[in-house]
Amino acid sequence: MSAPILEVMDVHTAYGAIEVLRGVSLKVEEGEIVALIGSNGAGKSTTLLSVSQVVIPRSGEVRFRGESMIGLRPDQVVSRGLVQVPEGRRVFARMSVDENLQLGAYLREDPSAIAADFRRVHDLFPVLKERGGQLAGTLSGGEQQMLAIGRALMSHPTLLMMDEPSMGIAPLLVTRIFGAIRELNREGLTVLLVEQNARGALGLSSRGYVLETGKITTSGSGQELLSDDRIRSAYLGD
Amino acid sequence: MQDSEVFLQQLITGLSNGMIIALIALGYTMVYGIIELINFAHGDVFMLGAFLALTLLGMFGMEAWPQHWQLAGVVLMLVSCAAFCGTLNWSLDRLAYRPLRRASKLSLLVSAIGCSFICTNLGLFWGGMPMDVFAGGVAAAAPKDFPQLVPQYNLLGESAVRVVPADIAVLVVTIPLMIALVYLVKRTRLGRAMRAVAQDSTAAALMGIPVDRVIGVTFFIGGALGGFASVVYALYNNTIGFQMGYRAGMDAFTAAVLGGIGSLPGAVLGGLTIGCVRAMSDQYVETRWTNTIVFGILVLILIFRPSGLLGSTRREKV
Repeated sequence: MSAPILEVMDVHTAYGAIEVLRGVSLKVEEGEIVALIGSNGAGKSTTLLSVSQVVIPRSGEVRFRGESMIGLRPDQVVSRGLVQVPEGRRVFARMSVDENLQLGAYLREDPSAIAADFRRVHDLFPVLKERGGQLAGTLSGGEQQMLAIGRALMSHPTLLMMDEPSMGIAPLLVTRIFGAIRELNREGLTVLLVEQNARGALGLSSRGYVLETGKITTSGSGQELLSDDRIRSAYLGD
Repeated sequence: MQDSEVFLQQLITGLSNGMIIALIALGYTMVYGIIELINFAHGDVFMLGAFLALTLLGMFGMEAWPQHWQLAGVVLMLVSCAAFCGTLNWSLDRLAYRPLRRASKLSLLVSAIGCSFICTNLGLFWGGMPMDVFAGGVAAAAPKDFPQLVPQYNLLGESAVRVVPADIAVLVVTIPLMIALVYLVKRTRLGRAMRAVAQDSTAAALMGIPVDRVIGVTFFIGGALGGFASVVYALYNNTIGFQMGYRAGMDAFTAAVLGGIGSLPGAVLGGLTIGCVRAMSDQYVETRWTNTIVFGILVLILIFRPSGLLGSTRREKV
C-alpha cells in the first residue's frame, strides 16, 4: 500500500491553558471514507481545525501527500487540495448561493474547469441551481449544508474534511447528504468525516477512529466499531 | 442676496464638502466592515496626503505653470497622494494592527489611537519643512495656504449664487471613485473576497482566501480614497494644517456612523448629511455651535439608532 494521503501524528493543541488535543494520531488512505467519532467536547472539531491550520497545534505533525502542513496559512492548506466544510456550515449568509459557490473557487484560474464543477455541484444538489440568486441566509439548514459542501467542492479538493454535516438537519436530508458523500467518494474523493451521528458515519466509512478527551482510544473498520459493545453503549445508544 | 439664494449657496457648499467627507467616511466604513476597527489614524493619513500635495506643488512650482499644465499637476497630485495614503494605511495595518489580529478589540483600538497621534505629529514635523509653500517652515503648527489651482470664477455668470469650477472638480473626482468602489465590491473577485472576510473570516480562510492579504488591500483602498479626498479638500478649501485630520476625521467618522457603519451607501449619505448640516448651522445658527450640533447628532444616533440610517440591525450567526 502507498503512503497515506493524510497523516496526523501526535498533535497537541491547546486554547490558552486548556489542552484540547493530547496527542492525536490518525491516517487516511487515498480513496477512503474515514469517520472520526466522539462525544461533544472530545476535540473532533479542534482536530480538523488543527489540520487546516486555523488553530496552530502546539506540537505534532500534519502531513498531506507527504508535505508538512505545519507553518502554512489556512488558505495555503486549501491550495494543496486539503479542504474543510466547517462545523455549523458557515455559509456567507448575505451573499447569494451562486456567490458562495464562486468563492469556493477563489484560488482557481481555469474558467472551463470551474464551470464544469459548477455543473457537478448543481447535479449533486439541484436545489442549489434553483436557488442560485437567493441569499444563502434564507436557505433551510439542510440546504445550507448542501451549499457548504458544494462550496468546498468548488475548490476541487483531493481530500474533503466534513465537520458534522448531519448536525441540526431533518433526517430525510441527512440521508440525502450521506448519499452525496458516498457518491463523491465513488468518483474518487477521499473523505474524513467527523460525526456525532456515529451509526450513520460508521455505516458509510471504511474505517473509523474514536476520539475521547483529546486522544484516539479505539480504531478499526466501520463494521468492527459498529459491533464493538463498548462503542455501542457509549455512542450508538444500544 | 435673497433668502432663497443664501439657502441655495449653503446647500452647494454643504454638498461639495459633504462629498469630500463621504470619501473619507468610506475609508472608515470599509475598514470597520472588514475587521470591526475604527481606524482612528485614518483622518491623519488624509491630513498627510494634503501635506504631500502641497509639497509636490512647491517642489514643481506648479503655481507658475500655465493653466492646462496645472490641470495635469492636479492629476499628478491625485495619483501620488492616493498611492501614498494607500501605502501608509496598508503599512499601519501591517505594522500596528495585524500583529494584534488575535488580541482583544480594545488593544486594536488603542493601537489605532496611538497611530493617530504618531501621524498627527508627523504632520507637525512636516509643517516645518523649509519650503516657500510652507511659509518657509517657520511656524510648523500654523495653517498653510494651499494655492487655488482650480479657478474660482462663477460658472453661473452674474448670478448671486456662485458655482465655481472647484465645486465641479469635487464631483468629477468623487463620483467616479464611488462608482468604481461599488463595482469593485459588488462585482469583482476581490470584492467578493472582501465581503466574505467581513462576514466570516474563518470560513473565508477555509475557502482558500488569503485573509490578511485581503484585509491589507482593504486598508490600501480606504487609504487611497482618503488620499484623493485630501487633494480635493485642499483645492476646495485652500487651507491645510496638521490638525485638519482630526476635524475632518471626526466629521467623516460621524458620517459613517450616521449612515450605518459598514455600509458604503450609508457613508455617502452620512457624508452629504453632515456636510449640509455644517453649512446650514454655520449660516442659520452660528459657527461656534456647529461642532456641538454635529456631535449632538452622533450621540443621538448612537442612543436611538446605533445601526445608523442604512445599517443592518441583524447580526447573522448561522
